[in-house]
Amino acid sequence: MKKRSRKAYWIGFGIVVALLAVAPLVLPEFWRRFLTEILIWGLLAMSSDLLIGYTGMISFGHSAFFGLGMYGAAAALLTVSPPNLWLAVGCGLVGAAGVALFVAYFSTRLRDIYFAITTLIFSQIFYVVIFTWTDVTGGENGLTFRRPALSIPWIYSTPFTNETLHWFVLAVVTASYLILRRITQSPFGMVLQSIRENEGRTRAIGYPVERYKVVAVMLSGVFAGLAGVLYAIQNRFAAPDFVYFLVSGETVIFNVMGGIGTLVGPIVGAGFFLLLREAFSRFFTEYYLIPVGIIFIAMVIFMPRGLLGFGRSWLNR
Amino acid sequence: MAAALEILAAIPYDQILIQTVNGIVTGMILALVASGLTLIFGIMDVVNFAHGELFMLGAYVGVVVLAATGSFWLALAVATLVVALLGAALQIVTLRPLLGRDPLTTILATFGISLVLQNYALWQFGPVARKIEEPITGGFPLFYLEYPWYRLVIAGLSAVIIGAFWLFLKYGTWGIWIRATTQDRVMAQAMGIPVPWVHTAVFAIGAGMAAASGVLFGPLVGVNHAMGLDWVLKAFIVVVVGGMGNLGGSIAAAIFISLLESYASIWVSPAQAVIVSFVVLILTLLIRPTGLFVPTPK
Repeated sequence: MKKRSRKAYWIGFGIVVALLAVAPLVLPEFWRRFLTEILIWGLLAMSSDLLIGYTGMISFGHSAFFGLGMYGAAAALLTVSPPNLWLAVGCGLVGAAGVALFVAYFSTRLRDIYFAITTLIFSQIFYVVIFTWTDVTGGENGLTFRRPALSIPWIYSTPFTNETLHWFVLAVVTASYLILRRITQSPFGMVLQSIRENEGRTRAIGYPVERYKVVAVMLSGVFAGLAGVLYAIQNRFAAPDFVYFLVSGETVIFNVMGGIGTLVGPIVGAGFFLLLREAFSRFFTEYYLIPVGIIFIAMVIFMPRGLLGFGRSWLNR
Repeated sequence: MAAALEILAAIPYDQILIQTVNGIVTGMILALVASGLTLIFGIMDVVNFAHGELFMLGAYVGVVVLAATGSFWLALAVATLVVALLGAALQIVTLRPLLGRDPLTTILATFGISLVLQNYALWQFGPVARKIEEPITGGFPLFYLEYPWYRLVIAGLSAVIIGAFWLFLKYGTWGIWIRATTQDRVMAQAMGIPVPWVHTAVFAIGAGMAAASGVLFGPLVGVNHAMGLDWVLKAFIVVVVGGMGNLGGSIAAAIFISLLESYASIWVSPAQAVIVSFVVLILTLLIRPTGLFVPTPK
């Protein structure tokens, strides 16, 4: 029985990835771009699910990791000529990891609500720094740059087309999903889940809880930074708006809508949110957050496990 | 020696005095905002993300009533009442069903409320900042400035409201119920205190206080839909630095942080002065995570 449902899981996984891979060939340009964005925001949400769903810490500061990934990539793309894809990815990850270490060191001393507030305030610190340090970050206007070529170092290099960009994003997101899934199922991930269930007991058994939390925040931050790099490559600009706390808030919304503790749930949540935004902005123009916010509150109250919550145990098999 | 004298002479005493007065004035307003926030947290375990939006809505109701009647004091009273009622309604509809669930879900719910309220204000009042006229004009000379009396009135009024609130908590029937609920929710219920309504009342009072500070602060800056976020962030910092759920600590922390920011803005731009309060927060978390202005826990 167990073996069969595992097989069913991998077949389902394969079908979804295949559908996402074929999508850009059949979808019109607008919806292809839409799908790519869902994947990128989904990666951001998935990274924060490692904290919210598996470790029980709500982070309201993921925009800082996302933004630093973006600005790290921007720095690499602007200083090195010709722009190099892997250097951008590397710089973005280093930037996000540095910020994540800084944030993790301070904020993991605190629990629950205090953790949420502290991460929020840290992301605002980085927002203020980026917003006011005009010489380096471009201030309010942000930075624009050229898109690097898709390359395998020393072997092959070709400019990104719309389709290859989508496939690149899909490959990165799929790989991240598999890595995060492996992490949550590893002994390390089990310790994180036991911290979520009962922190005191985990400590009493002898696990250095703080160290585990720091590593969890850093891992989460690195994947959020990766999402930032992808977004920078897709849109060819970095702006302080993406470091603003609203992005962190949306990340939490994606998680809650899709179902925390499932990893795929946040991606579905991101898709659901972006679709709602698309649908409501037809009627409410820029005020779409009024109906979307009401739906969100209703989901928090009546559907706390989110859209995919019913499948949580199945997805974590 | 000469170098020390030079440094002493370089200190801008007049500016420091002006900034001290400024810091105390904003500190009192911040204390009014933060005391509602800390009260709601201390009693209901709810981190009210929408607190800044209640502040902002208070200011807008103030703008509307002022335009209709021309009386600032009427606007202050009406805004406080209207937003307090709105707060009660919000609490009944969204927070009451969450009672007894993980406190983290209340962060999510109030975050949703703040998004809705903020966009509602943008929709209703537009992106252009509105102005509230000062009810008291004129000022007194302070060095090279004509310092407006109104700012001192704000500080005084905030102190009066906080004082009245403290007396209410100490002697009023509902105040005693509120304190009893803070100490032991289950026991309070067993003694016949209507705990769910105490929660509603607390949320309404907190909302009303936020609205009152919004109207009072309105004349100093423009009223716009995004003004809430700055305040809720600052209030969060104050509440953490002052110790969550600790009224006296929040007031001390509010004045402390506002003074530091005012002094910092002598040398750097106000946008960067905000970083000072962030640094205070980080240091607090490092040295005394329970809060700077609370007795050492045993």
